[in-house]
Amino acid sequence: MKPAQAGWLFVAPALLAIAVFFVLPVAAALVMSGTDFDIYGLADLRNVRFIGLDNYVQLLRRPLFWQALLNTLFFVVVGVPLSVAVSLVAALLLNSPLARFKGLYRTALFMPVVTTVAAVAVVWRFLLHTRYGLLNYGLSSLGFSPIDWLGNPRWAMPAIVLLSVWKNFGYNMIILLAGLQAIPSEQYEVARLDGAGTWAVFRHITLPSLGPMLLMVSILTMAAHFQLFAEPYVMTQGGPAQRTVTVLYLMYEDGFKWWSLGSGSAVAFVLFLFMFGFTVLQVQASRRWGTA
Amino acid sequence: MRPRLGFLGVNAALVLLAALTLFPLAWMVCASLMAPGEASTYPPPVLPASATLENYRVLFAEHGLVRQAFNSLLISLLATVLSLIFNLSAGYAFAKLRFWGRERIFRLLLGALVVPGQITMMPLFFMLKRMGLVNSTPGVLVPWLASVFGIYLVKHYAQSIPDELLEAARLDGAGEGRIFLRVVLPLLKPIVVTLAVLAFMGSWNDFMWPLIVLTDRDMQTLPVALATLSREHVQDVELMMAGAAITVLPVLLLFFALQRYYMQGLLVGSVKG
Repeated sequence: MKPAQAGWLFVAPALLAIAVFFVLPVAAALVMSGTDFDIYGLADLRNVRFIGLDNYVQLLRRPLFWQALLNTLFFVVVGVPLSVAVSLVAALLLNSPLARFKGLYRTALFMPVVTTVAAVAVVWRFLLHTRYGLLNYGLSSLGFSPIDWLGNPRWAMPAIVLLSVWKNFGYNMIILLAGLQAIPSEQYEVARLDGAGTWAVFRHITLPSLGPMLLMVSILTMAAHFQLFAEPYVMTQGGPAQRTVTVLYLMYEDGFKWWSLGSGSAVAFVLFLFMFGFTVLQVQASRRWGTA
Repeated sequence: MRPRLGFLGVNAALVLLAALTLFPLAWMVCASLMAPGEASTYPPPVLPASATLENYRVLFAEHGLVRQAFNSLLISLLATVLSLIFNLSAGYAFAKLRFWGRERIFRLLLGALVVPGQITMMPLFFMLKRMGLVNSTPGVLVPWLASVFGIYLVKHYAQSIPDELLEAARLDGAGEGRIFLRVVLPLLKPIVVTLAVLAFMGSWNDFMWPLIVLTDRDMQTLPVALATLSREHVQDVELMMAGAAITVLPVLLLFFALQRYYMQGLLVGSVKG
């Protein structure tokens, strides 16, 4: 057997699996989003009719869709910068020549990343309890009055942002730390000799060198944030006042609670569109920044 | 004076950050050892008055969580094996075997990364229903067969294998399958461990797909069972913390044991991606 034939043989199983269980379903979802596929369709395909763009039109008319979009965008716009900022601070601290026990801290700060999201959401639900939660207890000892984190429409999504930052900052911290370690130390020495202060060094050496990596990290983080689902499912079930219904949560409810698989597919494609659009936007914004 | 202050500042900040990070997990373990109702008193206690394993006993004996723990373990192990079989061979071929269309196909695969997997869920569910695989272990394993990320990871690592080594084996008359098993796999050992850890943890922690496919409680994995249980037992804080602990601790232990490999996968996957 020639290497070329062997090559095809070696990739065939994986390509077949991806074709059957990924590419085909994506195409099918596009078709599905143009049909009235529901629980009767699930039983018998003959019950399915093409309805054109009706699912999309209906979606745009539903207040819950706009609410879900707004909630998701809030989570993205507040959560992503906060998460990346905490990651950057943690990475800078770990990279400081003054820090001790770096390996230990690195492991500790990374631990939430490997935990099960559904399980830590259960834990946080109790940490955020209005009366018996330790977060409010801590706040009250600092003089703040208790917040009804998961019961108040204004605070539920910020509470989920809090959990999400805690859970995820370690991931980007590791990547940014690798980026910081790759900056040649001569650059810092030259800056010091020129009399640059800590802030100037950070602003003119660290940040620009880290630029491409920060862009990549925020794109990946953004994609993950658009896919918020488990936290509201476990902690709030979309409430209070539907303020934690995310786009993916809406897709789940449409598709697998009400069995409107057609409508659910339309929601999924809208989500994809938004993720794609935001990624392009971010790349372009950073390009303009980079050349300015 | 200044450097001393900086030293104190950096290390104090690290201690604080680590304490805040670890606190929820530490509290989870502490509360899981409390007597029923103890966590819901004011002021909220951090340490149990007298530690008890009663919650774990109730969880296993009365709620039968042994079953779901077993499901989780089985599914994660199978997902790991499947992911290794599919991704190792493909990743190696993309790196080292020249075949028609190789570069183009690989670029297409990378392009597929922008499509969120959730789009596939509704047609996939319908497909599996037709195949009678809803509510079954094979059904939940389907997304773990091959992954673009896994293939990329292996390809990236396999590129460092010298071509001369493979040529020498070919001149000795070894077939491609034999070369893969005898020459390549031993060299790929570190990335095999990395891929295995990522697949195991990923499938163990997975939530949305198992939630959709596994409708029967006896088939469910720990995270799904815990989510369902926690909706029914809103008041039983201590019991739920025990459930969270048995869900989280296995992956944490695995992470401690194989941290180096996990971090390697993370860095290869994103720095060069």
